[in-house]
Amino acid sequence: MTTATRGAVGTAHTRVEGRDKVTGAARYAGEIPFADLAHGWLVLSTVARGRVRSVDTEAVLAMPGVLTVLHHHNAPRVTTDYVGLLGVPPDPTVALFQDDRVAHMGWPVALVVAETSEQAREAAEALVVHYDREPHDVAFSAERDTEAYPADGHMPAVVEKGDLEAGLAASAVVVDERYTTPEEHHNPMEPHAATARWEGGRLEVVDSNQGTNWVAGELAGLFSLDPASVRVRSEHVGGGFGSKGVRAHQVAAVMAATVLQRPVRVVMTRRQMFSLAGYRSPTAQRVRLGADPDGRLRVLEHRSLNLTSAVYEFVEPSAAAGRSMYAADAHHTASRVVRLDVPSPTWMRAPGEAPGSFALESALDELAERLGIDPIELRVRNEPSVGPVSGLPFGSRNLIACFREGARRFGWAERDPRPGVRRDGRWLLGTGTAAGSFPTTAMPSTAAVTAEADGTFTVRINAADIGTGARTALTLVAADALEVSTDRVRVHIGDSDLGPAIIAGGSMGTRSWSWAVTAAADELRRSLVPGADIPPEGITARSNTAEAVGALAQKERHAFGAQFAEVAVDPATGEVRVRRMLGVFAAGRIVNPLTARNQLVGGMIWGLSMALHEEAVRDRSTGGLYGADLAGYHVAAHADVPPIEADWVDDPDPDDPVGIKGIGEVGIVGAAAAVANAVWHATGVRHRSLPIRPDRVLSAGGDA
Amino acid sequence: MPPSTSSELTLSVNGEKYTLTVDHRTTLLDALRERLDLTGTKKGCDQGQCGACTVLVDGRRSVSCLQLAVAAEGREITTIEGVASGDRLHPVQQAFLDLDGFQCGYCTPGQICSAIAVIEEHAAGWPSAATGDVRPEAGPPALTPEEIRERMSGNLCRCGAYVSIVQAVARAAESEGAAA
Repeated sequence: MTTATRGAVGTAHTRVEGRDKVTGAARYAGEIPFADLAHGWLVLSTVARGRVRSVDTEAVLAMPGVLTVLHHHNAPRVTTDYVGLLGVPPDPTVALFQDDRVAHMGWPVALVVAETSEQAREAAEALVVHYDREPHDVAFSAERDTEAYPADGHMPAVVEKGDLEAGLAASAVVVDERYTTPEEHHNPMEPHAATARWEGGRLEVVDSNQGTNWVAGELAGLFSLDPASVRVRSEHVGGGFGSKGVRAHQVAAVMAATVLQRPVRVVMTRRQMFSLAGYRSPTAQRVRLGADPDGRLRVLEHRSLNLTSAVYEFVEPSAAAGRSMYAADAHHTASRVVRLDVPSPTWMRAPGEAPGSFALESALDELAERLGIDPIELRVRNEPSVGPVSGLPFGSRNLIACFREGARRFGWAERDPRPGVRRDGRWLLGTGTAAGSFPTTAMPSTAAVTAEADGTFTVRINAADIGTGARTALTLVAADALEVSTDRVRVHIGDSDLGPAIIAGGSMGTRSWSWAVTAAADELRRSLVPGADIPPEGITARSNTAEAVGALAQKERHAFGAQFAEVAVDPATGEVRVRRMLGVFAAGRIVNPLTARNQLVGGMIWGLSMALHEEAVRDRSTGGLYGADLAGYHVAAHADVPPIEADWVDDPDPDDPVGIKGIGEVGIVGAAAAVANAVWHATGVRHRSLPIRPDRVLSAGGDA
Repeated sequence: MPPSTSSELTLSVNGEKYTLTVDHRTTLLDALRERLDLTGTKKGCDQGQCGACTVLVDGRRSVSCLQLAVAAEGREITTIEGVASGDRLHPVQQAFLDLDGFQCGYCTPGQICSAIAVIEEHAAGWPSAATGDVRPEAGPPALTPEEIRERMSGNLCRCGAYVSIVQAVARAAESEGAAA
C-alpha cells in the first residue's frame, strides 16, 4: 500500500463517466452495435378488455423486410411460476403472448420483427388484430373503496394502535379531510430498450434497467433457463425512477432472438411507455387528526385507496407515511386497493411516501391553521422519541434540526401566518413547509476488489448508475477504504456476471453497494503484504454482506427532510409559480456533495412537478389515457423551475460502515405538500387535489 | 417498376461527408444513430416534445426526430460528437461537467446543443418570451437565469438537473463572452 489517503467521501467529485456523457460517447442500451441486428416493434391492444380473436399476419409477413410476427399462437412459452430477486412473483403483464386475454388498453398483443426499424414500425402499424370486446371498468374514485380490500405490499396494509373514536371525542380540534393525487408516470428520458441474442449457448441481453441480476433472474425464471446461462448488461441507464425492471421489451426481444436465432432489439416508444412501463396509481386519501389545544396529537388516522390491475396486485402504501412521523395515542393507518381494467402500477420514486406525505403534511398544515400554531412548532410538539407505532428506537432522526436550519435559511421567522395578504403586483404570495421521510435499508450484495500489478485497483460490484452518480460514489468509497487516491480506482458496474447485488431502488443502492465494496476492500488490505509484489493477475478479495446486513438491529431507520416553498399565484389566470424552494435533509453521510445536491434538488423538482403539473387522465370510454406523451403529460420544464437549494445536517448512520442512509427518494417527500401549503398561504384556499391546475385555482375562488 | 422507396444522399455531419442510401421514412435522428453510428444524439420521444435529439443544422438548433434524412442533404449538421475541439471540450460541455449539469446523461447532448445555440441566439440579439423590452433599440437582454430557463425549455430533463444546467449555461456564456 502507498501513502494513506482518506477524505474522498464527503468531497465534491465530478462524475467519473461525466466526460463520456457530455461528449455523447456514453452508449445506452439501444446504442450498442450488433451485426445482423433485427428490429422488433410491439403491437398494443386497442381495446381495454376482451379477447384477441385473430391476428391477420399474412399481409404483414409479405411486407418488405418483415421476418416474423409473434403473437399468442406462436410465441415461445414462458412461466410466471417463480419468485424474483425482490421476493415477489412477476407481474403477469410481462408474460407476453401466452393467451388471448387483453387485460388493459395498450396490452401487448404482437411483436413484428423486420430488418429495419422503419419496416418493423410500418408493419406493426399495418397489422390488423380482431378482438372480442368485453366491457371495461377504469373509473377510479374514493367511492370505489366499497370494492377495495387491504393489501400488504412492501409495507403492512393496516397498522392500528389505540382507540380512534375515544381519541377523536377527547380532541379539542379535529381535522378530517380528503385528498387525491392523480395517476403519475415515471417518464425517464431514455425509453426502455433491450437487445437480446444467443451467444455460445448463453442468452445475452443489453438492456436499460435498475439491476442486471434482477432482470437476469426474471428472464431466467420466465424462460425456465439456468440463471448462469443468462447475462444482462446495462452500463449507462437514462433514468429509471422505479420503471426499469423486467418489462415487455426484454421479454419480446428474447422471444424474437430465440425464434430467429439472431440479435433482436426492441425499444418502447414514448407513447407505449404509458401502458407498458408502470406508473404511480392515483390515490384517494382521508386523513383525520385530533389534537389538544397545544397541538399534541391524540389521533392520527390515514386511509388511502389506490388501484391495481386485474392481473397483478401492487399497493401504493400511502397511508404508511405517518407510521414513523408523529406520535398519537390512537394511530390508525391503512392502504387499500381496488382492481380495475388498467395497466399494473408499480414503484415510482418514493412509492407511498410521495402521495401519502402530500395528504398527511397538508393535514398537519390545516391543523396548525386551526390551532393558530406555527406549522414547524406543531411538528416540534409531536416529535416522537421512539417509533410512534413500533416503539423501536430511531437509528437517527434529526428532523427538527432540519427544520431549524431550514427555517433560518428560508427566513421563516419573519413569516406572517395570515393567508391571502401578500401581493406583488398581480401575484399573491405565500410560503409553506412540510416534513418528509423515507425508509433507509441495506440489502445483501457482493463485491470484488482487485489490487492490480500496476498499483491501481479494480472494483467489481453489480451496481446500476441510473443517474444517481453511483459509479462515482463507489469510486470515492473504495478510494477511502483502500486509502488511495480516486484516480487509482476503477469501478465496473452494470453486468450480471459481476455477481449478485441489490438494485438501484428504494434508496438502498449506494448504501448496500458501498457496504460490500468497503468489506471487500478491508479484506484486500488485510491480505496484502506491504512491499510484496503483486502478481500479473492481481490479488482479489471478495465480500458478501448478507450476514452483516442480516445482523442489523431492528430500528426505525429513515432519512428525514424539511421542505420549504414560496409560491406566487395569479388569481386572474389561476397560474401558480414556485419562486424558490429549500430542502434540508438528514440523510446519512453524504458521499459526494456535488451529485447528492443535484439528486436531492431533482427530487424536489419531482415534488414541484407533482404539485402543479403531472396528471395522466384516463378516458373512461376507451380505457386509455388522453394525450399519452410528453405534450399531454407535462413534467416540469426549465421555465417551471426556480432557484432550488438542497442541503443537509450532519447525520451519519451509526450502524453503516460508511455512515450512508440513501438519498434517492427523500427529496420528493413532502415537497408537493410544501407547495400546496404555500398556495393556501398565498390565497387562503386549500387545494386537496393534485395537481393544482389553473382551473382548480380559478374555480376555488383563488382571489381570496 | 414500383416507385423507389429509398434514395442515395450525402449528409455533411461534423464536417465529414457521408454518402448513404436511406429509406425515405428515415428521420435525420435515425440516420445519425442507426446508419452513421453517431449515437450521441438521443431519442427521447421521437415526436418533437422532449428535445433530446437536438442537433445544430446550419448552426441553428433543431429536433432531428422531426425531419427526414432526405431533407437534410446540403445542410451542415453538427451533433454532440462534433462540438468539442479535439480533446478540448466546448465551454458548454466543460461547464456541464464541472457543475454537474446532468444526472442520467440522456438529455445531456440535446441540452448542450441547445445551450450552444441559446448563447449564440442571445449574442445575436434575439429576444425570448422572457424578454421584457423586445424593441430593437432596447438592445440585447441580459442573459439572466430567467432568460436561460425560457430559452432552454424545449429540452426536458426528467432527473431534474435544471438548476445546475442553468448555472452551467450561464458560466459557459460568461466564459465565451470573456473570450470574445
